Amino acid sequence: MIGQGLVGQESFIDGLTSNFWLALLIKTVLVLIFFLTVPLVVGYMEHKVLAHMQGRFGPMEAGRFHGWAQLVADGVKFVQKEDVVPSAADSTVFSLAPAVALIPYIITLVVLPIGADLYALDLDVGIFFVLAMSSIGVIGVLMAGWASANKFSLIGALRAAAQLIAYELPLVLAAAAVVMLAGTMSMVGIVEAQRDLWYVVPLFPMFIVFMISTLAELTRPPFDMPIADSEIIYGAYTEYTGLKFAFFLLSEYGGIVVMSGVAATLFLGGYLPLPGLSFVPGLFNSMGKIFALSFIIIWFRATYPRLREDQLQRFAWIGLVPLTLLWILGVGALKVWV
Amino acid sequence: MATAPQKTRGIGQGLLQGLSVTLKTMLKPAVTVQYPHVKPDLPARTRGVIALLEENCTVCYKCSRECPDWCIYIDAHKETHEPAGGGRARSAKVLDRFAIDYALCMYCGICVEVCPFDALFWSPEFEYAEYDIDEMTHEKERLGEWTYTVLPPPALEEGAEAPEEQAS
Repeated sequence: MIGQGLVGQESFIDGLTSNFWLALLIKTVLVLIFFLTVPLVVGYMEHKVLAHMQGRFGPMEAGRFHGWAQLVADGVKFVQKEDVVPSAADSTVFSLAPAVALIPYIITLVVLPIGADLYALDLDVGIFFVLAMSSIGVIGVLMAGWASANKFSLIGALRAAAQLIAYELPLVLAAAAVVMLAGTMSMVGIVEAQRDLWYVVPLFPMFIVFMISTLAELTRPPFDMPIADSEIIYGAYTEYTGLKFAFFLLSEYGGIVVMSGVAATLFLGGYLPLPGLSFVPGLFNSMGKIFALSFIIIWFRATYPRLREDQLQRFAWIGLVPLTLLWILGVGALKVWV
Repeated sequence: MATAPQKTRGIGQGLLQGLSVTLKTMLKPAVTVQYPHVKPDLPARTRGVIALLEENCTVCYKCSRECPDWCIYIDAHKETHEPAGGGRARSAKVLDRFAIDYALCMYCGICVEVCPFDALFWSPEFEYAEYDIDEMTHEKERLGEWTYTVLPPPALEEGAEAPEEQAS
């Protein structure tokens, strides 16, 4: 039954009210609030972490205390900017693209458990749903690149598509290994299956593969060829201004949060506490893991230079895909004979 | 480091080393100085601006003539006074205006070098930006204020001859 966890507890909001529509409204609002705040925190963290990794301070003035309001100020600035649509652009597709890039990540949040009873929906096909949704974002990028009527945008969009096809496979295979081990696709079920042992231990190479593929799928450095600013200006987002551009930025940081959350759920025991710290509530556990993984993603950006397009493809097809397939074989054998 | 022979490294060792470099940099304090809130720690003899000690100026015009940019403006008039003990009247120049146009000045310091009576000095002050280019011409009152932060001349080396003014 949809909305009813297989293993975990009933959703906290469903416990509050039996009215379906009221619960739906509360859940939607909470998911939206989560989506509009946590990515901003991660974005601010990126400002600060990147800066300090380069021996700088980063934003220090906005909001007086260590520039905490910098991204709010950026948002206000983006709203004020002129909304330019290139005259040769396909204006409908051009305007729809940011929404297509942004919304899948919001929808993905629906099935992400951030506490034993803190989730909007516990789908039986949770992880399948997450992977399907997170792949839709690239259609937004393709739409943006095609509709911009700009050759750099098109190159960027095609790079993004090629990258997604290459890295979707190791991503899904790594998740498949987790599903095989857990015996369920429900996100809550996967977390509950890790009560004894987080899957990062038996599936450590899969965790690495999942994180690398996540970087590629989010087009984050060192896999940011689709927006390689020294080669193709800003890829598919070249022609975007104002709020539409802000939506693309938000979808990038939202993507970091969502994919970190998914990685935490699959491999790091989601809302389960760290060993010996069982008094910490689940919300703090999952948020701590999300921020830790986001930090690693930012850390990689500060450290590694951008790869070349052919290196990226080569790495995926002859490196990650065979590795994940072999590992899945191993997990299968383990499941059958042990 | 660059000349050291390349050691063979395991797979991913360079990647980990890169991560450690960024992490260590993050944990070290940032080198940025938050300028308007924190004043920069400049060397005491920083050549920030040229200051004028009006009392030393004899209106010889050497500075304004040597200035490559012609950015020093000097106005003066002559005053004659009879010596108390009699004799011919002596004339002396009196400084009316001494201004440096810092919009033109290229901070070569030739005026400081050429001044025969040590009326011009390098001062470490640097916060004299203005909103209008006309206001970049600073008059002798402002130039005088900057002398307050000028350091005394450095001590002579051991065994050096004493300056003529003191020796005589």
